[in-house]
Formats: sequence, structure tokens, C-alpha cells
Amino acid sequence: MIRYKYANQLDAFPRLKATMFLDRAEQFKRRHGWEVTLDENGYEVDQYDGLNPLYAIWELEDGSHGGSIRVLPTVGRTMVNDHFTHLTDGLKIISPTIWECTRYCISPHLESSRHREVAAALLLAGCELGVRFGLTYSIGIVYTHTLAIYKRIGWIPEVIGWAGNGNEEIAAALWPITAAAKSNICRKSRMNAKDVEMWFDRSFPTFTQPQAIAA
Amino acid sequence: MTRKLERFLECLESTDLYNEPTRLCDSLREIYGIEHATYLATNLNGHPYYATTYDPRWSARYQEENYVNIDPVVLSTLRYFQPMEWRQLDWSSKRSRAFFHEAIEFGVGNQGFTIPVRGPNGQHALFAINHRSNDHDWNGYIHENVHDFMLISHYVHQHVLKLVNTEADPTYAELSPREQDVLKYLGIGFSRSQTAEKLQISEHTLRVYIDSARYKLGALNTTHAVALAVARGVISV
Repeated sequence: MIRYKYANQLDAFPRLKATMFLDRAEQFKRRHGWEVTLDENGYEVDQYDGLNPLYAIWELEDGSHGGSIRVLPTVGRTMVNDHFTHLTDGLKIISPTIWECTRYCISPHLESSRHREVAAALLLAGCELGVRFGLTYSIGIVYTHTLAIYKRIGWIPEVIGWAGNGNEEIAAALWPITAAAKSNICRKSRMNAKDVEMWFDRSFPTFTQPQAIAA
Repeated sequence: MTRKLERFLECLESTDLYNEPTRLCDSLREIYGIEHATYLATNLNGHPYYATTYDPRWSARYQEENYVNIDPVVLSTLRYFQPMEWRQLDWSSKRSRAFFHEAIEFGVGNQGFTIPVRGPNGQHALFAINHRSNDHDWNGYIHENVHDFMLISHYVHQHVLKLVNTEADPTYAELSPREQDVLKYLGIGFSRSQTAEKLQISEHTLRVYIDSARYKLGALNTTHAVALAVARGVISV
């Protein structure tokens, strides 16, 4: 299941938190060889994790991390605008209805038979969040060779710029957020829209109004 | 862009927010059929600034009691950046519940929706709408209008920033060559599809460039963005 959590809410889920940052270290530092820093716990944590971002996290049955994405609004500081404007002709993409999605991670401990399900669920979770919050696009940086994955999942991004060569080629990409995108992911990835709607509602619960409590 | 949003932008352009801060909220109330609208910046050049349709007695009471320090609507926007239903907020403390009851007595509606606003220099503000409604109707209403309110919150904020003359971060005012091209072609009368074709980009990408340029220029719509860009010498048409 997906949990949407802000960074400051993660302490209530210690196992989920620890395994997410350890899995990120495994994926981004060891597997991709990125110049990311690990803290004293071995967690891969960067300055954007310090901005109280929102994460969509796939939680496994034992409470550990199966995969995650990190979300920040582009009216604040974002990785794309701070580090990747060479992909966008120097363009800083800033709009209240475009949010950035980074650190798309699948746990290296996840059984390979479940990779597809978790990868799709995370994208669906990102799309659901956008639909609920009135957004128009999600922006992110991807390896060009992974674009086929998004196509298979059913959410094809629009590439607005490239850099690098071969397997290291990266692209800045925009995912349009629409009800059609959501149903397309559900259809192509055989997921149920009701599930992601329920995960969202559970993460952002509403309560009985105060005056009703008093009545 | 919805017709309602267009009407609101016209009002925004013609409203003197400094001398008549509530007028904009009044228009919003009328256009969107809601009981109340509020914009609050907790600290603009050292002072709070607000515009609201609430009963002035409630605003006075709010300031007198320093409710800004306990109001869950304000506190939640300090931490979180997503739009929020008031029903999602933490009303568990006795104090916040008493505060809510008092608000209701002053004519504040039971349903509310808040959008936190962030500025490039760490400014912090919020935009809130308020109404009397049952949960079902309210959920439907929000779903239908959330996109408009996301844009409105930032438009109002930028308008207020200009008003108080807060120095904008220059990097945000600079348009990239691509954004300049887009405005230039639109300015000389190319349609969106012609512009996209000329620049060899898709219309999706074009839309992002336009949105981004508009945001940086603080423009209300595309025509306004072209006019501002010309006036500031960013492009020549």
C-alpha cells in the first residue's frame, strides 16, 4: 500500500523511514554511482529532504520500504531548477500547478516479480496527488533509456530537453496530470483506481467538524 | 482557462488592493459563489497583510487575541505545501475547538479550504475560501475548482508583493531564451500551434513555457505577459 507522508511525519514510521533512506543509498550511491552523500546512519539524504517534502511510499507487509518518490512544489526550491537547467535551455520551471518529482526509487530488496506493480503504483500515486491538488504537470529528470518503462506503465512523459550520451543520457520530462492519464495507468498496469483513492484518503483523512463534536 | 478564472483576473487587474483590500475578496465571493475568501501574509516587510470578507468584528477579535498563533488553518500552512481541507486539520486541542466555535458565531462557515503560498524569498502566505455546506457538496465543489484556486492564490500573492514593493529575486524575473521566443511569436500574432511548430516543441511544452513566463513576469494572462515583456525590454516585437 501507498502512504503519503511529509518528512516531518516519518518519525512515526521508523522502519519505513530507515529502509527508505537506506534503499535510496543502495540505488543512487551504489548502483547508479551518483555523487550523493550518506549520513552517519548510512541514509542517503540531501538538502531537499530538509525542505519537508512530501513522499509517496510503497509500504511492504512488514512495514518496510518497497519504493518511493519525493515531491516538491516548483514555486519553492527544486532540484530541476537548481541543477538541471542545462536541459531546459536555462529555463527555470516555476508554476503553482507544476510540482517536481525526484528520487524515484525501487527497493533492491523487493522481489523482482513485484517490481512492476510497485513502479506503477508509485506513478499512479503521483498522478492521484496531482489530480486531487489541481496540478497540471509533474516535472522530473530521468535516464532516457528508462522512458520505455513509463510507456509500459501507461504514463508517457513529454521530453523537453536532453543531456549526456549513451546509457548516461538524461532528459527533463513533463507528465501531464489529467483524469485520462490516471485511467490510462490503471488500464495499462491493471490497477484499480479505487485503491489509490483509498490510499490517498487514508493519508489525508478528514474528521468530523469541530462544531459537530460539540453538538 | 475557465470563464470564472478569466473574470477573476479581470477584477484583479482593476482592483486597488492597497486602498480597498476587501474588494478583490468580494469579487471572488461573487464569481465563485462562496461565502468568504481571505488572503493573509503573516510577514510582509515586517508586517502582516490581509484581505478578507469576514465580519470586521471577527478580524478585530482575531488580532486582539492573537489567534494567528493557535489557528490550525495558519499553523498547517507553515509546515505543509499542499492545499488542505479544514476538516483535515488538527482541531484536537480544546483551545482550537473553542476558537472554531467562536469563528462560527461570527459568521464563519463550517467548511474551509486553504492553499499555502510560498514565495521565492521564503515569503509565506495563505489563501482560504470558506463556506457553509455539507461534506458531500463541498467535496464536489472543491474538486471542480481546486485548479482555479491554486492559480488564484499565487496571483493574489504576486499582486500583493508588487503592492508592498518587496524586492523580487532577480533570477525569477529573468526569462530564458525559450520563454522569450514563445512570447515573441505570440506577440507578433502567431497562434499557439504555429508558435509550437516554429519552435519545434509540442503544445504541452509550449503551455509550460507560457505558464512559467507568466509566473515570472507576474502577468495575469498571455497577452499581459507579452505586454510586460515588451515594456521591460525583455523582448522586442
